[in-house]
Amino acid sequence: MTESERSNAHLLEEIERLRTENSKLRDELDAERCSSNMDKLPMSLDEFKRYGRQMIVDETEGLKGQLKLKNSSVLVVGAGGLGCPSLPYLAGAGIGKIGIVDNDIVDTSNLHRQVLHDSTKVGMFKCESAKQVLNKLNPHVSVTTYPVRLSNANAFDIFEDYDVILDCTDTPMARYLISDVAVNLGKPVVSASALRTEGQLSIFNFANSGPCYRCFYPTPPAPTSVSSCQEGGVLGPCVGLVGVAMVVETLKLLLGVYTIENFKPFLLQYSGFPDQTLRKFKMRGRREDCPASGSNKTVTRKAIESGEIDYHSFCGSRNYNVLKEDDRITVKKFEEEYRNSSNNKPYFLLDVRPSLHYSISHLPDTHNITVNELRDLQPELEELQTKIPHISKDSEVLVICRYGNDSQLATQLLKDKFKLKDVRDIKGGFFKYIDEINPSLPKY
Amino acid sequence: MVRLTVEFLGGLDVIVKKQRQYKVDVKVDGKEEIDVGDLIQWIVANLIEHERDVNVFLENDSIRPGILTLINDTDWELEGEKEYVLEDGDVISFTSTLHGG
Repeated sequence: MTESERSNAHLLEEIERLRTENSKLRDELDAERCSSNMDKLPMSLDEFKRYGRQMIVDETEGLKGQLKLKNSSVLVVGAGGLGCPSLPYLAGAGIGKIGIVDNDIVDTSNLHRQVLHDSTKVGMFKCESAKQVLNKLNPHVSVTTYPVRLSNANAFDIFEDYDVILDCTDTPMARYLISDVAVNLGKPVVSASALRTEGQLSIFNFANSGPCYRCFYPTPPAPTSVSSCQEGGVLGPCVGLVGVAMVVETLKLLLGVYTIENFKPFLLQYSGFPDQTLRKFKMRGRREDCPASGSNKTVTRKAIESGEIDYHSFCGSRNYNVLKEDDRITVKKFEEEYRNSSNNKPYFLLDVRPSLHYSISHLPDTHNITVNELRDLQPELEELQTKIPHISKDSEVLVICRYGNDSQLATQLLKDKFKLKDVRDIKGGFFKYIDEINPSLPKY
Repeated sequence: MVRLTVEFLGGLDVIVKKQRQYKVDVKVDGKEEIDVGDLIQWIVANLIEHERDVNVFLENDSIRPGILTLINDTDWELEGEKEYVLEDGDVISFTSTLHGG
């Protein structure tokens, strides 16, 4: 081996030694980097995997947006037809903290649309039932329940901890209260409603400069013109779609998609029939003279919490009790003296529910005619006889409806308009009859 | 005369023979320019089926609280309300405010 060959071999050996050392150092460095990375990861690996499919959508701005959602909080008021579809999507999306306010309990008649609940949960608080589902769906989300009725007294304390409020309630009274409290606390409200096959959705008090519920609706509607789902009915998927749409708007708020510059007040109107449409109406901005969000506000926190703002009297309530006690009969008396009596005295039983209600279930030997049909008739007995043959001014007439409200209006009409002498309404209606006399009849 | 589309949404179609959309030619004697105020009177006279339903639509001669009026998908308050002068092709929508949830 020559001198130069020996030197080469030495150099090669040296290079190999350095290579090994370098690779070892690299490994150590990687391990160090890796462990410090683990400490610095803003979410768990499970969360990366869980939210991956939404983080790679441009609109969410990836990890940055996901962290915004993780650090945000949303309060859902009402775990019913709108709350049920919105809650799992909020939890699924990884909103860090979700609050649910509802003091109602699950009823079988809710389940066709309130699909977060189920048959085994009838009788349970809706907010608790919802929480169970959300905890299973996403353990990274903290869920707080408030099994109370939202009121002037408790609303501020509950709202304070949340960034966005979802109004999933079902009365004008609750809607005014939620909007007023949110305006006072400077929080945006995603507000929706639905009935039958239609729904509406708006954002109120956006960035403390957008219109509030009172700006859109300064005067509450007459209580007689407000229909509930119980009364007017509702299709599950129609209210469901609107609830899901609320979450899309909530995500836009939390991700900062809406800005002072680009936000324009709107009302989305969804129709399920005859063709499905989602229309966007351009709406007015704040009302300068709005008592809640205008320049001279009177709907302050103090005025709300002290009860000075009285939502009951502002929105009013219906007064159905138009009849004297003599003009009414209890279901028990009705059963004893008419249905189950041996004296067989002739009488007419008028069921004044809408025909779809009547077709679901009704008592035998009844005539179905609605209050509006009675109103449309000319005020003559002969007219009434075209609908109810052989009825006369001296006939004994009993009137029944679902809960005993419309039957009072009909009783009054029969007396005043057709001059019938002996008309009485059945107190509490068909449902009371089913509850107290014959539970084997279908209630709906 | 002005040729319009008039819509009744949010369940309001019950007062106009359960038809949600009407294509109508509105004519008011002695008036060349027809405004939304005229249209409201025209609807009461021509589309509302029962007298008793007029107060579902109107209160104190104006649209009842709880009904939103849209002119070409825009809140009528931004368009001059009853004074808005109608043009051929305009779409006027009335929708009940919904409260269920």
